[in-house]
Amino acid sequence: MQDWAVRAIDTAKRRGASYTDARVMDIRQRDISTKNGEVGTLVESETLGIGIRVIASGAWGFASTDRLTQEGVDACAAEAVAIAKASALAKQSDVALAPEKPYVDTWQNPFVKDPFRIPVERQIEVLLNADKEMRRVKGVTLAEGSMTFRKIDQVFVSTIGSVIHQIKMQSGAGIVATSFAGSEIQKRSYPNSFGGQHALEGYELIEALDLVGNAARIGEEAVMLHSAMQCLEKTGTIILGGSQLGLQIHESIGHPIELDRVLGQEANFAGMSFLTVDKLRKLKYGSEIVNVVADARLTHGPGLGTFAYDDEGVPAQCTPIITNGLFTGYLSNRETASAIGEDRSNGTMRTESWNRLPIIRMTNVSINPGTWNYEDLISDTDDAILMDTNRSWSIDDRRYHFQFSTEIGWEIKGGKKGRMIKNPSYSGITTEFWNSCDAICSREHWTLWGTPNCGKGQPMQTMGTGHGAAPARFRNIKIGVAFAK
Amino acid sequence: MKRATKKSISRRIRQAEAGAPALPLLTASELKSIAERILKLSNADETEVEIDVTTDALTRFANNIIHQNVAEQVLHISVRAVMDSRTARATTNKTDEESLRRVAAAAERLALHQPKNPGLLPMLGAQKIPKMDRFFADTAEAVPQERARAVTRVCKLAEKNKQTAAGIFSSGAMQTVLANSKGLFAHHEQTRSEFSVTILEPNSSGWAKANSPNIRDLDPDRLAERASGKAADSRQPRELPPGHYTTILEPSAVLDMVGFLFYDFAGTAVLDKRSCFNDRMGKKVFGENITLWDDVYHPFQLGAPYDGEGVPRQKVLLVDRGVPKNLVYSRATAKKMKAKPTGHGFGLPNEYGEAPTNLVFAGGDKSLDEMIRSTQRGILVTRLWYIREVDPYEKILTGMTRDATFLVEKGKVAGGIRNLRFNQSILKMLSNVEMLGPAVRAAGEESFEMVVPAMKIKDFHFSEMTKF
Repeated sequence: MQDWAVRAIDTAKRRGASYTDARVMDIRQRDISTKNGEVGTLVESETLGIGIRVIASGAWGFASTDRLTQEGVDACAAEAVAIAKASALAKQSDVALAPEKPYVDTWQNPFVKDPFRIPVERQIEVLLNADKEMRRVKGVTLAEGSMTFRKIDQVFVSTIGSVIHQIKMQSGAGIVATSFAGSEIQKRSYPNSFGGQHALEGYELIEALDLVGNAARIGEEAVMLHSAMQCLEKTGTIILGGSQLGLQIHESIGHPIELDRVLGQEANFAGMSFLTVDKLRKLKYGSEIVNVVADARLTHGPGLGTFAYDDEGVPAQCTPIITNGLFTGYLSNRETASAIGEDRSNGTMRTESWNRLPIIRMTNVSINPGTWNYEDLISDTDDAILMDTNRSWSIDDRRYHFQFSTEIGWEIKGGKKGRMIKNPSYSGITTEFWNSCDAICSREHWTLWGTPNCGKGQPMQTMGTGHGAAPARFRNIKIGVAFAK
Repeated sequence: MKRATKKSISRRIRQAEAGAPALPLLTASELKSIAERILKLSNADETEVEIDVTTDALTRFANNIIHQNVAEQVLHISVRAVMDSRTARATTNKTDEESLRRVAAAAERLALHQPKNPGLLPMLGAQKIPKMDRFFADTAEAVPQERARAVTRVCKLAEKNKQTAAGIFSSGAMQTVLANSKGLFAHHEQTRSEFSVTILEPNSSGWAKANSPNIRDLDPDRLAERASGKAADSRQPRELPPGHYTTILEPSAVLDMVGFLFYDFAGTAVLDKRSCFNDRMGKKVFGENITLWDDVYHPFQLGAPYDGEGVPRQKVLLVDRGVPKNLVYSRATAKKMKAKPTGHGFGLPNEYGEAPTNLVFAGGDKSLDEMIRSTQRGILVTRLWYIREVDPYEKILTGMTRDATFLVEKGKVAGGIRNLRFNQSILKMLSNVEMLGPAVRAAGEESFEMVVPAMKIKDFHFSEMTKF
């Protein structure tokens, strides 16, 4: 792999590139799904190729190929240089990169059980057993389960002298029970919706989730939702479960702090951000108990945003994003760091695969744990709705106004968890929402959730991100607007 | 594979330096030859091979400069094996003999590690598949300099108007073959091109987008002028209280809403009881003026004329004057539902069955101007954003307006308004359509392209407003 990358940067240099990095990636994936007692998807895939990024004539070019031959790699490098020269037709100044040291390193995330060595039939059996438990519940009309395993083996070489070899192993799984009755479709997912939980771990993650042990419960909840009380429209207090708070962080903190978005580079598709650079270290983003970091280091946990080096050869870092409520940091790269007065990238360039250009992406954007015990938080709450497990999410193209709905809710009255509530939803303005946070649960309730499906960029790239979160309470929130007539 | 010589390498480099795709697409006969090699290597009871090869290039601009400019070549070889009433798939992008042997063996091994599926149908034999001509050499051979020149003109227009431009100009080509051990062989090739532009002012923006298999059909200058005009016309947006408004949706906005309906027309979705048409087939669900087909052969459509198993696609009437009439079916779903396959199945194995992906609305004859002139007070929407499903059965969708939303008063556009959030049932929306424009090939961001009209809708529900 390294030889192809070295050949690519040598060829690009000879063709006039002033900077080149090349990434050879070998990706292996296994996808399994089941539905109503039968195997649905059963696919193993592999893909190997090279992506070559160059600066020539002061502008960027990128080309990729899966033809790893002398002819293929040389032509791809030459094409990247030609594209850069075409880019220079519409440039105003030369691209400048913040300095970075060269690194020669090898890294692999720790895991206990290689999921590709676990027999497929054992993995299918877990899903089919969970499926059986869900369908044992009368009223469940659809039972689904899925597992995904991914191994990314990549070598990065750049003209500043870096040679970085990283191997990442990811695992993920989840189950869903759906119930159709009357004029309603209700569903419950475990451990999270839209694919379950995903992390930079081995098969031990799947074993720890205990899908089978939770299947009957979510089946029963899906059916019970039909007779639950409708979430009413009002302004009040909400408590968000950890996975829902993780997605709230993703949408209303993680995306607005992407510096490429702030600087207008995503204006046509993903949108821009309300967090213009004048707000850095001035905006009161949240209440004083809100502390958020973007942390790609393994010490933060085995999240989907954990690595040793980003795809620009910059080491993993921890950046304070919100410090005691104050907005303190963006996600940057070597090209944009200078726009916020920094002399170094904070290491967030990531690519989906060898055929995609690295772009600024979330790493693990997490809220630090608070001090509350979960039971104490419930006891301390007089009147609220506890909302859990995302059902839909939407936010405007500057990440100001959002609306979320969750699969399930419970009434909190006089410090006790009471009746189940169906179709819960809430909406608000990002900074008003985070400033209304008055309680966050402690480390023992904190989970590093994985979001495997974050889309950004043109052409579109899907990336996994991590979000550590614990249940938290918010006051004066608009509730129930999604179903208002 | 033919061994590369120094001479052939330098020829390829010269071509790449001229901006042409680094290596040409493999031809149909080359893909067929790879497929035949795999079929010979396979020991499965039945074997199916799908091979796609694509070249794509995309020039991306923002702040009136090109900031990303990329090209890719991707080969995708996918092998499905059937072993004793069980099936599984393995994929690779490597074409050496050992990799082809390995991918065939992987599919066989995976297939054996699961329970038998008594409902698994035998693979199809040879099919009579219509030929579609959707490949344009000018598009396949487009070079980055050509895209850069168009982008430069667009950026200059923005600068002249004291505005900022962002967008993409892309082009590409693909070949695909589907073959199996029962004698099926299907081939399709097509090209694609797309131009999308957002023009920004300090407190407003405008947007326009188009795509076509033929790059010569695109007019980046005209699209940029339209986006520029919208940004200028929506300056200093005023606040409008949320509520129910007569709303005119341009085709892109209609597309992104109705795109959320496509899977509800799958036979499997109805079998699984997750379609909004459960218990509603044959009943009046939409207005009399809504008629909808799935039609891959429509001149504004794209796509292969066969499905994931090689069944030729049929034109299917999905909604007839407001009444959902027909679903689409893969072979397995058709058998379960006592229907005939319509050629809309996904490649096996999968849990979703099938879907119509070439939706075509009947449309009407009203122009956008006529819709505006006939509106006493309403809202004109250019584009919608971040649409998500809130209720799967009543089909309530939420999302935001974006990039030029206008107040219409007394038959005229009366200026820009701040962006609004909507929570709207699409079933109710398509029951409240007062006027329809001609159906056009529309491009959005939330749905695949389809042929839809602009619509004037009464009582469209905007629930909240954002800050810009």
